[in-house]
Amino acid sequence: MSGIKDRVAVIGMGCTKFGERWDSSAADLMVEAAYEAYEDAGLEGKDIQAAWVGTAASFRTAQPLAAALKLDYIPISRVENACATGTDAFRNACYAVAAGIYDIVLVVGVEKLKDSGFSGLAVPEAVGADVTPQVPPPSQFALAATRYFHQYDIPYEEGKMTLAQIASKNHHNGTMSPKAHFQREVSAEQVVNAPMVAWPLGLFDCCGVSDGAAAAIITTPEIAKTFRDDYILVKGIGLSVGAFGIMRNDWDFTHFPETVRASQSAYQEAGISDPRKEIDLAMVHDCFTITELIIYEDLGFSPRGRASEDVAAGTFSLEGELPVNTDGGLKCFGHPIGASGVRMIYEVYKQLQGKAGGRQLKNPTLGLTHNLGGRPGSFTCSVALLGTRD
Amino acid sequence: MAGISAYGAYVPRYRLGAETDGWESAGQRSIANFDEDSVCMAVAAGIDCLTGHDRQEIDGLLFATTTPPYSEKQCASIIATALDLRRDIFTADITNVLRAGTTALKSALDSVTAGSAEKVLVIASDNRQGAPKGEAERNSGDGAAAFIISNEDVIAEQAGSYTITENMMDTWRSAGDPFVRSWEDRFAIEEGLERILGEAVSGFMEKEGVSVKDVGKLAMYSPDGRRHAQLARQLGFQPEQVQDPLFGRLGNTGAAFPLMLLAGALEDSTPNQLLLTVAYGDGSDVLGFRTTAKIQDYVASFGVSGYLDSGLVLDSYETFAKWRDVWITDSSSKRPQAQSPSVTAMWRESDQNIRFHGAVCNQCGYVQYPPQRVCVECQGLDDSSPIRLSDQPGTVFTYSLDHIAGTVDTPLAIAVVNFECGGRVLCTMTDRETSEIKIGLPVEMSFRKLRVVNGIHNYYWKAIPRRRAV
Repeated sequence: MSGIKDRVAVIGMGCTKFGERWDSSAADLMVEAAYEAYEDAGLEGKDIQAAWVGTAASFRTAQPLAAALKLDYIPISRVENACATGTDAFRNACYAVAAGIYDIVLVVGVEKLKDSGFSGLAVPEAVGADVTPQVPPPSQFALAATRYFHQYDIPYEEGKMTLAQIASKNHHNGTMSPKAHFQREVSAEQVVNAPMVAWPLGLFDCCGVSDGAAAAIITTPEIAKTFRDDYILVKGIGLSVGAFGIMRNDWDFTHFPETVRASQSAYQEAGISDPRKEIDLAMVHDCFTITELIIYEDLGFSPRGRASEDVAAGTFSLEGELPVNTDGGLKCFGHPIGASGVRMIYEVYKQLQGKAGGRQLKNPTLGLTHNLGGRPGSFTCSVALLGTRD
Repeated sequence: MAGISAYGAYVPRYRLGAETDGWESAGQRSIANFDEDSVCMAVAAGIDCLTGHDRQEIDGLLFATTTPPYSEKQCASIIATALDLRRDIFTADITNVLRAGTTALKSALDSVTAGSAEKVLVIASDNRQGAPKGEAERNSGDGAAAFIISNEDVIAEQAGSYTITENMMDTWRSAGDPFVRSWEDRFAIEEGLERILGEAVSGFMEKEGVSVKDVGKLAMYSPDGRRHAQLARQLGFQPEQVQDPLFGRLGNTGAAFPLMLLAGALEDSTPNQLLLTVAYGDGSDVLGFRTTAKIQDYVASFGVSGYLDSGLVLDSYETFAKWRDVWITDSSSKRPQAQSPSVTAMWRESDQNIRFHGAVCNQCGYVQYPPQRVCVECQGLDDSSPIRLSDQPGTVFTYSLDHIAGTVDTPLAIAVVNFECGGRVLCTMTDRETSEIKIGLPVEMSFRKLRVVNGIHNYYWKAIPRRRAV
């Protein structure tokens, strides 16, 4: 297995403003993201040889992308893989280029959630016998929080404060993110005192629900050089699908094996042995604050059961040792499912190019993105590593 | 001789009582939870009755109720499946009359006597509704009783019966009518209850050659406590002969009522006592049972007393009104409308969803739910045996309290339950006080109605704080 390291490059990206885009359709959002990516790369739609569009529920088939962008009868696939949809679309596009099938391809991740009429996530699932409890996402992750506090003997107030600090950190980063849905400071006290959604998770422990799209243009490193000097290289991609943890009587709810496996395979491709030291920034799937806490441990950033110490030490803040969710994360962008993974890649891409504005880190060279789709015990997890050229 | 070889009962956990804000009665009555109907309570009483008995030996199930969830579609078949009974059994719903419970008992006794069945399970269950804050609501209760009728191990053998059938419009509910209606009280009591029931009791005595003083316990229907005492007195019974009708604790449980009183009477009966079960409705049934020596060694299940003693008084009448859809709540903005379940999938998954079978791997012994073709532990293919989890004790491994799930039972308690025999299920909790939920809480499974969509009553198992001793 030769892996994906340094075999494909990102030469252009786009990202819409995320939020309640009442006046924009999924097609509008795809046009907005794709045309920014075209402009960033310095090419046109006719240069695209193949495309992948990731959406969890906004539409079926690949045709809406062709229709929106008037792509010229090229091959397009629609990808759906839960909350890892966007990154998986990116992954498939990378592999097609690495295989030498195409030279220049487009990835678009999009989701139009705010047409549902519900303030929460309203993605229809297959009904079947309909006896499996309809557990909304906050409760799915609350199950992990309850058990995490119990397993590590963390008093409720202390656990709530740790989670609140994660939310507060992401909201702070979001104030410097013009494309974020939410761009205001939220104190840890506000997070702790917010109305309960799914005990022990309150309103500000949850990410928002929003509309958005992001796009990437991928090519080979050789071709990339003809477009720009500061192209970004893909260093590793891992994907893990584990759908039976919930059936295991011994699975503890306090670690997500899918994240461990996806990150380990990405680290292996990229040649990373000490992720905490070698990675400069990480965009992780903070659908809920507890998720981000557990991710710190699953990605190997913090020892098991001790991520709260790193949170307290500010390890993951913008000024910390390993900044996480520098753009504000899902907490501030919301989570238009198909778009999120590509939006994360957009942030890493901009940070590595030194174009991240007020939230710009000092000379980062390696960034990670992480998506977690599904529910504790049954996840699809993707991890991507992107780095600057040598 | 045919008779009762086992009995059990069920009373829902919640009560309306003096502490219930907005409830204008000093006494208590039992109330089924929002997710509990006559079928659910029947399953609970059936489990109670079947404890320690081989379910494979049951040859028939008769379900008596005036509140079947379906007008067309048998309920006994749902109950038989939830109780994990055999498929080659006869089942019937006996309904539309308050005498349905005694009718079912009598039919079972006749079947066993005739030799067409060896063991028949009889379950009576009712949750009749009176109009909000009216007399019927005040005096009613919700509950169920279950009996195994058999020729073997009989603790109370049949000792005669007498029935009067008389078309009587004193209490009724038309199809689609949510509440019980009654004609003028004085007429209904004098020309209905007192005359007809009295005539049936005297007829029984005459036919069987017994007198009032021969009766050990009288388990008798009545719409309320005052009438019950009055009627027993008129019939010549001494107070100590009268089984406590439990008004002020349980309430009139309709078709299940005389059977619940009979189950209560059996709890503290001695050998060679004559027990009379008297039901009323379009006539009157009187069934006699004589306790045998075997009742001394009979190990009683949780029963009427156990369930009555493990109740909780609801905090407000408003909550009860929401449970009964009398107080309509607005959940339209919270979650999308539920879609119809797939009947095909319900049928295909009946063993795992209704029988609540998990699978135990024949190769490695791992218990898993739902059953898997490929073992989650050893990946062995198609090599497992069913294991019934519905009556297995469990504990809460982790939980959440959900405020947005759009249910009348806010916050919705969602739990991961580990069974002591192995196996794990993600389920909702019901009959729970938020304050009692914690990791390690002992729970048992309870058959409940998730929702009604497209006229389909979709039942499944939920976890409840453990009420029955393991």
